[in-house]
Amino acid sequence: MKYAYYPGCSLMESAREFDVSVRAVMVRLGAELVEIPDWTCCGASAAEPVSKLMNYALPARNLAIAQDALPGMDILAPCSACYLNLLKVNREVVGERHLHGQVNEVLAASGLTYRGGVPVRHLLDVLLNDVGAGIMAQKVTRSLEGMKLAPYYGCQILRPYAVFDSPGRPTSMEPIIRAMGGEVHEWECGNRCCGASLMVGHRDVALRSVAAILDQAAGADAVVTVCPLCQMNLEAYQGDAVKAGGRRIPVLYLTQIMGLAMGLGESEVQLGKNLTLNAGARRGIETRAWSVTLQAEGAEPGRAAGAEQSIPDQARTGKMNNLNKGGNHV
Amino acid sequence: MSETITRTWSPEGDETRIALTELRDMVGACMQCGTCTASCPNWYAMDVTPRRMWRMVQFGMIDDILKSRTFWLCSSCYMCTLRCPRGLRLTSAMGALKRLARLDGARQARRNGAFYEAFMSDVEANGRLQEASMMQGYFLRRMDPRLPMAFLPLGLRMLGKGKLHLPSRAQRGRLGPMFAKARQMEAGS
Ligand code: SF4
Ligand code: SF4
Repeated sequence: MKYAYYPGCSLMESAREFDVSVRAVMVRLGAELVEIPDWTCCGASAAEPVSKLMNYALPARNLAIAQDALPGMDILAPCSACYLNLLKVNREVVGERHLHGQVNEVLAASGLTYRGGVPVRHLLDVLLNDVGAGIMAQKVTRSLEGMKLAPYYGCQILRPYAVFDSPGRPTSMEPIIRAMGGEVHEWECGNRCCGASLMVGHRDVALRSVAAILDQAAGADAVVTVCPLCQMNLEAYQGDAVKAGGRRIPVLYLTQIMGLAMGLGESEVQLGKNLTLNAGARRGIETRAWSVTLQAEGAEPGRAAGAEQSIPDQARTGKMNNLNKGGNHV
Repeated sequence: MSETITRTWSPEGDETRIALTELRDMVGACMQCGTCTASCPNWYAMDVTPRRMWRMVQFGMIDDILKSRTFWLCSSCYMCTLRCPRGLRLTSAMGALKRLARLDGARQARRNGAFYEAFMSDVEANGRLQEASMMQGYFLRRMDPRLPMAFLPLGLRMLGKGKLHLPSRAQRGRLGPMFAKARQMEAGS
């Protein structure tokens, strides 16, 4: 499995830990990521309000480069906005003769042409349909048993194009969480909007959405997401969201949690970058007070049994609460 | 930097009318069922509901449209697009309304559109978005001295976590020719 990897700007900046954990997890799963050479910004949701042509030409530039430089590879885009923008070119430009011509005219300024036909895939799609829950489960060396995770999908990976999951009631993260040994927190907020860029200009409106989501996460040990903007909105503004009726809870990337379950250390999935996690909370996650080491290949069965016994149920619950509390004092 | 801030996308010509015609094509088939309004997470903060906005577009009520803050409160969540029984691309229509207001150049549009303008300026200059310089551009556009203060605590926390970086220059200027071409084409359409 070889993919043309499009990390996108956020993953180079405030969401480094997403990029690092995606790469680490994909290596463990036997996939090869080849970064699209010289890629540039996809325009996120800021291009459409400014220029209709650039809204399509910015992502099309990256598709055109992948088409020429990495022929035959699917593009893998972990960020929701990047994924939708790249996909949009295939759905809304290719086949629309006039628009396609215009977009190529803009691309020609950089010496590029996009003919169409480069498949765009989301990380969840690849994990579920190319890798599969079975393979993922085999790679788990330290199960997430006892950890309850609230899967948060956000908007743009399934709307308006529902390629790999149901946009009304998405479930694609559930087999992955279960394969890691974790439990799924049942809630109705998985596909609610987090306010996106309204957090910058109309913070009160976005905060109301964030507070509602965080409130519904009650009972989970962490929210897991695959969108850098959702992660930022749900995590960075928890102080204000609490005043608006939300609660504090760690918000992790799905791939960080997967990495931990596959035996990576907290620094390898960069838990230190998460704003809600202080050193105590990170230790809580890494020493995995909730977890039972699997008796899988490569694991140490003796230690597994010992670990299980040495942490009585009550202490385990206590540590889990610590994880939540730890999030309070950044 | 200052040069990228004063630059505009040349709002001359019949662009406003063309944009309105395009919008009417987009929502002409609306049957006023209200599903979009009912699906919108931000409807309560809007002065005109999405359903009524499409009516106003159908009637070409340009002044009322431009006065409204409805489309600035669209967070591009695509729920209305997903649910509209007529299959209309309503999130794109909200984007087209933002572009329309931008052409009009009213103060409200400058304030509400400041984030998108700052974002695109930064992308044009740097090829890849540099969050710190984009936010600087945003503060300059808003010209509100309280605004940087409101973001300061978060900025400091991000700094502490090593999440802020000096701008990467690797892709600097890479997108200049494409932006110039698009600007020329959109002004001439
Ligand atoms: S959901 Fe569609 S048809 Fe119904 S009011 Fe909204 S735009 Fe019109
Ligand atoms: S896309 Fe915009 S208008 Fe439509 S439901 Fe979402 S926020 Fe509301």
